Order: sequence, then C-alpha cells, then structure tokens
Amino acid sequence: MMIEPSGERRAPITPQLALRVAIFGAVAFGLFAIVFFRLWYLQVLSGDQYLAEANNNRFRELRIAAPRGDIVDRSGTVIVQNKLAIVVQLDPSKLPQEERELAAEWGQAIGRRAAKPKGRRGPPVPIPGIPTSDLRGRYERLGKVIKTSAVSIHRQVVRSLTLVPYSAVRVKTDVPRSVLAYVLERPEQFPGVTVEETYLREYPRGTLAAQMLGTVGEVSPDELKRSRFRGVKQGTIVGKEGLERAYDRYLRGRDGVQRVQVDAFGRPIPTDRLRDTRPVGGQRLRVSLDLDVSRAGQRLLGSTGKPGAFVAMNPENGEIIGMASSPSFDPTLLTKPITQQRYNLRFNENAGSPRVNRAVSGLYPTGSVFKPITALAALQSGAVTAGEPVSDPGCIDIGDRPFCNAGDIANGPVDMRKALSVSSDIYFYRMGQRLFPLPGQVLQSWARRLGVGRRSGIDLSGEQPGLIPDSAWRRRLNALERKCRPTNPGKRPCYVLDYRDYNLGDNVNLAVGQGDLQSNPLQMTIAYAALANGGRVVRPHLGLEIEDEQGRLVQRIKRSTARRVKMDEANRQVIMDGLRSAAQEPGGTSEPVFADWNHDELPVFGKTGTAERQPKADQSWYVAYVQTKDRPLVIAVTVEEGGFGAAAAAPIACRILAEYYEQKSTCAAGDSRTR
Amino acid sequence: MNERPASRLGAGLRLPFDPLLALAAIGLIIASLVTLHAATKTDVPGDPNYYVQRQGVFFALGVLLAIALSRIDYSRLRELKYGLYGLMLAGILLVAAFGGVTRGSRRAIQLPFFEVQASELGKVLLIAAIAAFAVDRARHLGDRDTTARLVLLAMIPSVFVMASDLGSGLVYIAVLLSVLFVAGVSWRHFAGLFGLAALSMALVIAAAPALGVTVLKPEQSERLTSFLYPSDDPGDAGYQQNQSRIAIGAGQKTGRQEQATQATLNFLPEERTDFIFAVVGERWGFAGAAFVLSLYALLVWRGLRILTMAKNLYGALIAGGIVAMILFQVFINVGMNVGIMPITGIPLPLLSYGGSSVIATLLAIGLLQSIYAQGRVAAATKGRGLSF
Repeated sequence: MMIEPSGERRAPITPQLALRVAIFGAVAFGLFAIVFFRLWYLQVLSGDQYLAEANNNRFRELRIAAPRGDIVDRSGTVIVQNKLAIVVQLDPSKLPQEERELAAEWGQAIGRRAAKPKGRRGPPVPIPGIPTSDLRGRYERLGKVIKTSAVSIHRQVVRSLTLVPYSAVRVKTDVPRSVLAYVLERPEQFPGVTVEETYLREYPRGTLAAQMLGTVGEVSPDELKRSRFRGVKQGTIVGKEGLERAYDRYLRGRDGVQRVQVDAFGRPIPTDRLRDTRPVGGQRLRVSLDLDVSRAGQRLLGSTGKPGAFVAMNPENGEIIGMASSPSFDPTLLTKPITQQRYNLRFNENAGSPRVNRAVSGLYPTGSVFKPITALAALQSGAVTAGEPVSDPGCIDIGDRPFCNAGDIANGPVDMRKALSVSSDIYFYRMGQRLFPLPGQVLQSWARRLGVGRRSGIDLSGEQPGLIPDSAWRRRLNALERKCRPTNPGKRPCYVLDYRDYNLGDNVNLAVGQGDLQSNPLQMTIAYAALANGGRVVRPHLGLEIEDEQGRLVQRIKRSTARRVKMDEANRQVIMDGLRSAAQEPGGTSEPVFADWNHDELPVFGKTGTAERQPKADQSWYVAYVQTKDRPLVIAVTVEEGGFGAAAAAPIACRILAEYYEQKSTCAAGDSRTR
Repeated sequence: MNERPASRLGAGLRLPFDPLLALAAIGLIIASLVTLHAATKTDVPGDPNYYVQRQGVFFALGVLLAIALSRIDYSRLRELKYGLYGLMLAGILLVAAFGGVTRGSRRAIQLPFFEVQASELGKVLLIAAIAAFAVDRARHLGDRDTTARLVLLAMIPSVFVMASDLGSGLVYIAVLLSVLFVAGVSWRHFAGLFGLAALSMALVIAAAPALGVTVLKPEQSERLTSFLYPSDDPGDAGYQQNQSRIAIGAGQKTGRQEQATQATLNFLPEERTDFIFAVVGERWGFAGAAFVLSLYALLVWRGLRILTMAKNLYGALIAGGIVAMILFQVFINVGMNVGIMPITGIPLPLLSYGGSSVIATLLAIGLLQSIYAQGRVAAATKGRGLSF
C-alpha cells in the first residue's frame, strides 16, 4: 500500500454541511462570549464588592454588650443598676417566610379589632398554630433546651414580630450558662438562635420612683435615623422613656466587638490574630431625688388607697427633691417580655394606670390652691388693693347665678391676707368678676406666666401642658363641636353643651381653680416657687450630675436660667403673708395640721385646696413652701377623691416635710371644710 | 515505495494526531490537578493529596484508553452499534435499579473503591451508537421517519437519566440535536423538535405543578429556578449560586491565591465537582478563569475542525456529538458557577473531580483523535487509510 506523505488537503465537504458547521461554530462562539463577558463583569468590574462579601463571610462580629450606667439618688443610693443575664434570642430574618407572614396577619387582625369601638370588639384574636412542621421541629429542639414549650416560643415570636418587627425576639431571659455553651457549640442545630450575655436593668428600690425612671429597649430603625442616635449600631439597647431616655447619651455605653472567624455553618474557628474591641461602660447619672423623701411620700399616698401624686422641689434651683405617683408598679416587670394580657392586668385603667406619672401628667382642677395666682393677678392689675375689705356673706349672686363658700360659711369682710388664710371663695369670685372685663385676659395671662397651662420642660416623659380656659380656647372648642355634633348618634353633644363664648361665670370659676382648668402638682409647685423666690420661674429637673463608675464628677448638667416674672415685692409679701397665716395662725385652713410644727426655724407657708371633679368625689390639694436659708422646699400634694384639702393632702405634705427636715410633728388631719 | 510497517504498533504510533487538541486536553488535566490540590488539601485530615491522587489515577487510565482508541479506526464501532447501545442502556438501568443515592439522586453504582456513573460513559456510547444509526439511514436523512427514530433512540436513555439527574439527561438531548443537525435533518423538523422541547420544559416547570402533578422532584425544580433568587441559607439551593458568584467575583483580576478561603472554609459547596470553576475563579482571578475557558474553546474549535475533515459521515456525526457534549457541559457548568444558569449537577469535563466523567471525556477526545488520524490518512491516500 502506498502511503503518500499526508498533505494539507482535506476531503471536500458539502456546502450544506459547511453551513451547518458554520452555524455550530457561531453558536459555540456565542456561548463562550456570554460566559466571558459575565466573568469579566463579576471579576473585573464588580470584583471589589464580591471580595468584601467573601471577607464578610469569613468574619463575624459578635457584640459584647456594654453595661449601662447606674442611676443614683442625690446621696449616691442606687436606684437603677445592671444585672448580668444570659438571654436566648431568635433572629427574625432567619425565620421562615410563613412565620413572618403569620405574625403580620395576626398583627393586622388585632389592629382591626382594636379599631372597633369598645363593647363591639368580639372575642380576642387567637394566635394561629405553628405554620410548618419544620418550624415546629426547630421550636421543639430549642424548647427542650430552654425548658419552654414550642407553642410558647411560637406565640412569643408572633407577638414580638407584631410589636417590634426589626428586633431580635427574646425568647428567654436568664438561662444558665450551660445552655449558652450547649447552643453555641451546635449552631447548625439552632439556626437563627443567638445566646448572649447581656445586661438587664435591676431596681433595688422596688416600686420607688418607678414612673420617673423609664424603660430601655433595642433601638428601632426609625430612631437610628435621628441625630440623637448618631453612631449607634443596630441592636444597641437605648433608653426609651423617662430618665433612661433623657440621659441616654450618658447612660449608654459603647458595645464592644469580638471578631471571630467562622466557617459556612457559623462555627467559630480559633484564631489568635483577631483583636477584640473592649466595651466601654456607660456613665452614672446622679439625680436630685432624695429617696427618703420620695419613699415617705409614696408610702403616705399609697396608704390613702386612692390615686395621687406629690412633688417636692427646691424653689431656688428647680431640683426635684421628691416625686411620687400612686399607684406605682415594679419596673422589673417591664424588663422581660410580657404578654398583652398580663400587661393589661397590671397596667390598664382598672389597675389604676400605675405607669402614668400623675405628678406631671395629671389633668386636674386645682381648687383653692389656685387662689394665690388669682391674688397676684388681682393685685398687679389693680383690681384690688391689699388692704381693701371685700364682703363675704357666704353666698353672692354674680349675673343670675349664686356662688357660695363651701357650706355657705360667711367670713365677713376679708382683705387679701385673710381671704387666703381662711380660703374665702367669695373674695376670689369677686376677683374673677373684677378681672373679667379687664383687657388682655389678665387672669389667664398671669397663670401662664407663672407656669400653669404649659410644659415646664422637665427631663421626664409624659409631661402634660394642662389647660387654662380662655376665650380663644372656647372658640376653638365651639368650632369642633359644630363639626362633630351632627355626626354624633342622636346628635348628642361631643364636647360642650352649648356654643356660648367664654363668659364671666367661667372666669369666676377659674379664679378659684375650678371650671375647665386642668393642671398638675408640678405646675403648682413651679408657680408657688416663683412666688416664694421673688419671681423666678425655675425649670424643674431631676438630672444633677454625670459621674464615672468610681463616682468622680464628669459633668454637671447645665440648666437653663429661670424665667423672670416681674411682680411688685409688696404684693408678693401680702400673698406670702396670707399663706403663712393659713398654715400658722388659728383660723388658717391648715393651721391645725401644723399645730406642733417648729415654725420658728422652719416657717411653713401653705394653701389647701378642695377641687370639685364631678362625678367623682372632691380632690384634695395642698401646696406649701418652707422658708429656710439652706434647704428651702416647695411641696405640692394631691389625692384624687381625697376630700377636703386639709383632711388628706395637708397631713401628707406635713409628714413628708417632717421626714425631710427630720422633725417630729403630729401632722393631724385638719377639719377645715373649705374649698 | 511500498513498505511493510515494522510492526502494527509502530505504524499505529506513527499515525498523525492533532497536537492542539492534545495540548488543550493536557492543559485541562494539569489545571484540574492543580486546582483540586488547592481546593481539597484540607478536606481529608492527614492526606492533603487524597483527591489529587485519585484524580491522577483516573487521568492516567483515561489517557491510556484515549491513546489506544485513537490508534484504531473508529469506523469499526459502527458495526458494534447494537452492542454499544445495549451496554449504555444496561448501565443506565442498572443504576436506576441498584444505584446508591447521593445528594438525593441515584446516579452511580457503588463499587468498593469508586463509583461508576453509568450516565457519563453512556454519553459517549450514545454518540457512537446514534451516529451509527443515523449513518444507516444516510439516504433518508430528510425523512420524518428517520428523525423520529433517532429521537426515540436518544429519548429512551435520556428519560431514565433525567429521572435522577436532570442535567445529564439534558446532555443526551444536546447530543441528539447535534447529531441530527450535522446529519442534515431538515429545518422544519428542528423547528418542530424545539417547539416540543420548549413546550415540555414549560409543562414540567410550570403547568404540571399547578395541576398537582409533580414531574420534577421539588429539589430539582427548585434548583432550576433558584438562580433567580439566590439566598443566604446554606441549605438553600440558591446559596450555592451565591457563594460561587462571591468566590469568582472575589478573585478579581488575578486571584486571591492563598487567601482564597471560600473553598477551604466550606463556603463553596461541592467545590470538587460542580463548583470547581469557582475555585479557579477565586484563586487565579479573571486571568485564570479566562485561561481555562480558552482551553475549552480550543478543544471545541479543534473538534469542529475535525468534524469538517472526517473521512466519512460517521466520523462527522461522532465529532458533532462530542463537540456538543463538551460545549453543553462547559456552558451549563460555568454558567451555573457565574450565576446565569440554574443549578444542575453537570460536571465540568476534565476539571471536575470524578472518574467516570474524566474517563468518558478522555475517551471522547481519543475518538476525536481517531477521526482526525483517519481523516488525514484518508485525505492523503484518497479514500483508504491504514486500519486495523
């Protein structure tokens, strides 16, 4: 066989085949081109992003919780401190879609139910069962370890997702360390479960000052956008209400970071090169409260069995020495997850709304404790002079309506001093009558100047501005009524019975602290302090100093300067004299209460008040000022449905003062039956 | 100038071979060994070369078989078409009946030291067999009848393979289409076939589940669509895509070398097999990945060239089937690694770890070499070449 050297000639192929081969080649080329370009995109164009992701895969940053600063009272006694706890949490993003959808639907269902009017809501919406058997298995595994049922975990998850969808679900607080180790060693068995050491707030003083302290919680996505939380990382615990919130910037520490190298299952790999960042603890907050005073007040208020509040403030600088609101509650209840049911049981209206700080959020008519304000307005505007006698026959007619003292008691002719001492309603009705035609709504203007009807800016949550009724307010209300009444069933009144303007009768009522006036103990304290200190309206505050863990001063909290209200000294003296007489001279409405008080060293200037608050029983009020050089004090006490001012509020004020000044005084209830 | 060859072997060895094809194959072999070493050196404690050694054995065996195959005349396989077809079918059915289940599907028969994936070898067997059947009908290639028979022949094994391994099953279809295409089947038939294929895919993925009939196993259909929704959960199908993309992207231009930890830290699942390309991408960056792709392109180009110079139709058909097999697998596997293709369990020829795939691919290359040799000789001798 002849073998010729092979040449480059190939067997000829048909044109159709050539075409098909060409197409084949083109397809192959196209496929390669696609892949090449995609590769180029991934590696050359977007490579940085993926490099970062690859590194992210490898390193996990674990948060080392920083302890929050303590809150201590003015002598250093701890009110709020930390407790180390091990908590088990579930990451909501690692929960299956079905669970999150279930929570969303349930949330909407209870929202719809809550929107219905009370009484027509129907039965409570139950939480549906665990949606997938896979999830049930997960919950059961976890539940076995933390000794909770799977269903209970599921319910907690759903509730938490509804309320705070962004936050990790705290499934159990306070688990033993062995649980921590067990779960950490088996991350693939417990996907989405984190067990970490964290700090919980602890309240060694129990229910004392509970409403003032506030709560802490995980920072929300909305809060992160605000400038006050700049630099705060997601997942940080921040103050949500009260003092915790007001001074969060100081109390909040800086969480540390533990960098761990992990594999794809999240299992930590021991490496030595990684540097941790140590956590920095928060700073301590010293508040102006004197715990003994607050405790005395809270106990006394509690023993009345009725809701009430008190405020004790230094009139020179606005430091709040004592504050309490009754009923109170144990703040520890709010450090752990709580069901809606239990929350309602403990905290809703039927339980007395214990979370409401009645000292600053109360909206009460003040009764006669308002009279010194009326007095100042009358004296300053010239509606009356200090010595001018006004006839008090027990009852008078203003317009066509009778206005009477309590019990129709006649006091005879009284001047300003006497009127304050015996709390003559008639005198002040006359003042209201005289002030009404004066231009500029004199009474309201003075009240507002002294701090009534406006927020003081105290560093607590929930402060209410209250209300001073005047003609502008009445007009607004009438307009609202016009809009609202036609839509009301039966065309019944919404807010007011008629469309009248603010009239003389309203002013007369306001002059004695009745009518539509709404105020609270703090406002009364501020007003009386201004009268006591000569016209300075101080800004009340609890925060005093910021200290480090050793108690060394870091920063004194700056206060804004007090607002000055110009008042004639002579007028002020007359009013103070009237108050002194009320507490110290026979015939004064609170004299019997302070019968054995050491007035020489600690003179008391006080005013009783008994506010009508229909349909409820009368509310008892007492506001007093104790004049000493070093430790002056203004105190305001109110007891809902407490009856006459001298009967309930005054003895409580007396006892609190006795505690503060370390006096032994009987502080018997007075029998004065005045308003 | 007639010479008796000194020995058959000597003459055989003197048969021409395509050096570029061989180069491409050798390049891929080296790339495979190097990459496997890098990716798996921490997998088996105490034995960093476990997988490299095993792959080396497979390569050695495969290369020997390839060389042997390249020295014989492939046309003789035509006579064995029934045997080849039967062998393929037997292997596939055996696996379906007795195969061990790995990753949720039956693919291989477990033998003491290794597993035999019948579907891999079956691809080469199918090419040889179906090309032969097509050549038998050389005069009737335009007929619908021919097309129908060939389709049926290929679908039978394909269906069995698809039941457990969707990806490989699709390779069978790719081979079938390529053979039909090269054979000169009419365009209308193709249109009809494509329409049928598209319809059945749509049916399988979308319509059937809606009617409550599950044709694809849940993990199969999830894998097909997960590339649209990659996810974070290591158990999820999309996670693999994500991690692969991250690995490749992180490699950037020239790779992360020792810092390429995605594979060693278990972030890349299946880094020996399905996602070996991602390892290349992470370690050696765009340069490395492009180089490997170029080797495959070289392989495909040489294959097409061999197709055009085949001495007979049989050779052309076999070459077409082989090129399709390689091209399809490369595109699907690399596409999956870079996130533009759904997840299927197709190995990357020669690069992925796995004896059956390696040997099958090397046999295919051996066949190509044979077609080349015979083609060159025939061209030189005008129709008759040295054959055994």
